[in-house]
Amino acid sequence: MHLQATPNKMENRAVSDRRKFILKMARSAGIAALGGFVWSAYVDEVTASQLLLRPPGAIKEEDFLKTCIKCGLCVEACPYNTLLLAKPGDNKPMGTPYFIPRDIPCYMCPDIPCVPICPSGALDEASVTTNGVLDIKVAEMGLAVIDDENCIAFWGIQCDACYRACPILGEAISVEYKKNERTGKHAFLTPVVHANACTGCGLCEKACVTEKAAIFVLPREVAMGRVGDHYIKGWDKKDEKRLEKASEIKSTTEISKDSAVDSLNSGSGDLY
Amino acid sequence: MRTLWNKYRYLIFRRATQLSLLLLYFGANAWGWTILMGNLSSSLFLETIPLSDPYAALQMVAAGAVLATDIMVGALIITMFYLLIGGRAFCSWACPVNLVTDAAAILRRKLGIDGISKRQPASRNTRYWVLVLSLIISLMMGVTAFEFISPISMLHRGIVFGLGFGWAAMLIIFLFDLFVLKNGWCGYVCPLGGFYSLVGKVSLIRVHHTMENCTSCMKCKTVCPEQQVLHMIAKESIDVLSGECTNCARCIEVCDDDALSFSIRKLVKNKKSGE
Repeated sequence: MHLQATPNKMENRAVSDRRKFILKMARSAGIAALGGFVWSAYVDEVTASQLLLRPPGAIKEEDFLKTCIKCGLCVEACPYNTLLLAKPGDNKPMGTPYFIPRDIPCYMCPDIPCVPICPSGALDEASVTTNGVLDIKVAEMGLAVIDDENCIAFWGIQCDACYRACPILGEAISVEYKKNERTGKHAFLTPVVHANACTGCGLCEKACVTEKAAIFVLPREVAMGRVGDHYIKGWDKKDEKRLEKASEIKSTTEISKDSAVDSLNSGSGDLY
Repeated sequence: MRTLWNKYRYLIFRRATQLSLLLLYFGANAWGWTILMGNLSSSLFLETIPLSDPYAALQMVAAGAVLATDIMVGALIITMFYLLIGGRAFCSWACPVNLVTDAAAILRRKLGIDGISKRQPASRNTRYWVLVLSLIISLMMGVTAFEFISPISMLHRGIVFGLGFGWAAMLIIFLFDLFVLKNGWCGYVCPLGGFYSLVGKVSLIRVHHTMENCTSCMKCKTVCPEQQVLHMIAKESIDVLSGECTNCARCIEVCDDDALSFSIRKLVKNKKSGE
């Protein structure tokens, strides 16, 4: 009995060491999982904010978030103090550059100093270059959107503040004449934004005379819809190019078991 | 006066380095200086040489970003500097959070908290777990995970570009270090410290211990933020070889017996003499 007890004891300790190790690993993994959960929830939350206006030349938001190193060189390069870095408490992806046009809009410098200084490629020089020359007019920071309920020009009051403020006057914002049926003798002079020319600089938003701007810049991804492949301008050769890369999409539903003719002829069963 | 200088010379150098870095960054944004622009995440030295945080670059790679040449070159320069020369010197010579955590450590000693709670209920390896976790989250969420929560960036970016609620993060770290865990943030949690601990393993500048001079007063261990690296005190005459040593040189200053000094790592080891 006594002889047997010793190896038993040894065995117990061996198991116990292994158990200790496994428990330690499991505990660490558990803490890591808990930390990872909180951490990723926070990251998810701050990166979900979609209403940020980025500097000119910014790549797609999703790529921007992984590419921008948050050094602030673009902020330092901006001569108008337009650009800001998101601070803790701003509820924006921390450390990334953005601007608030109602405070300070982008004045569209022709030499775009904020872009070439970017070390990370989050601001892409090629996207604001035409024929090898920097061209701020092709920047797509956002798109001006008009709230025609609160734009006084739509009430019939003459105001062309945004039109006059626009650095691409006449192209990005034009003024449309319409008869004012209410008075019968006046005209509406209402602003219209053209998405193909608007850079989203925000000078219009800054200039707007209403208490809260009735023309404001939104990120293009937020402000614009997408037609998709189902509709095409048949009269426009350029638009047809969109379909060159289109691929067939096969959807499967309850009625796609049979051929189309069969399921129409069968008469039984509901189609919808 | 002479002794005072001897007791604090490296500390003064370190504070001067930390503060002048911040001043140069601040001046670049506020007054248009061009010596050092940007911040500790990435900067431009003399308008030509890019310098980038290699750990941030690593997260970018994990997130799936294409590294630009400037970032790659910048991260390489910084990595090579700490890898070959400085060791983990970033933490004690450049990082502004070091000012906060050192202040907490001093107050902790003055209040005698170390005497009351001697056990440290955490593992120094936590930082490596956090490091791995940050890369996993970067990979899964496609963003640079630590850069979005980093109190280090909050502070240096905050000092240059506006602090926001960043002061709250600093207060939390201060209180954590003061009451919860001695040297808690820098010595246990910070993944950037973990990263530089790995990078700094082989660098040339090392603290050297001369056992013959040591009187075992253990002042060095009291003041050291990474006590485990000083395991050889009063036992062996060797270099402090752990990458976790931040080369802060406080141990050298507090030693009254000339038993600690900076040295260049001996590349060829003589096994017999143990040097």
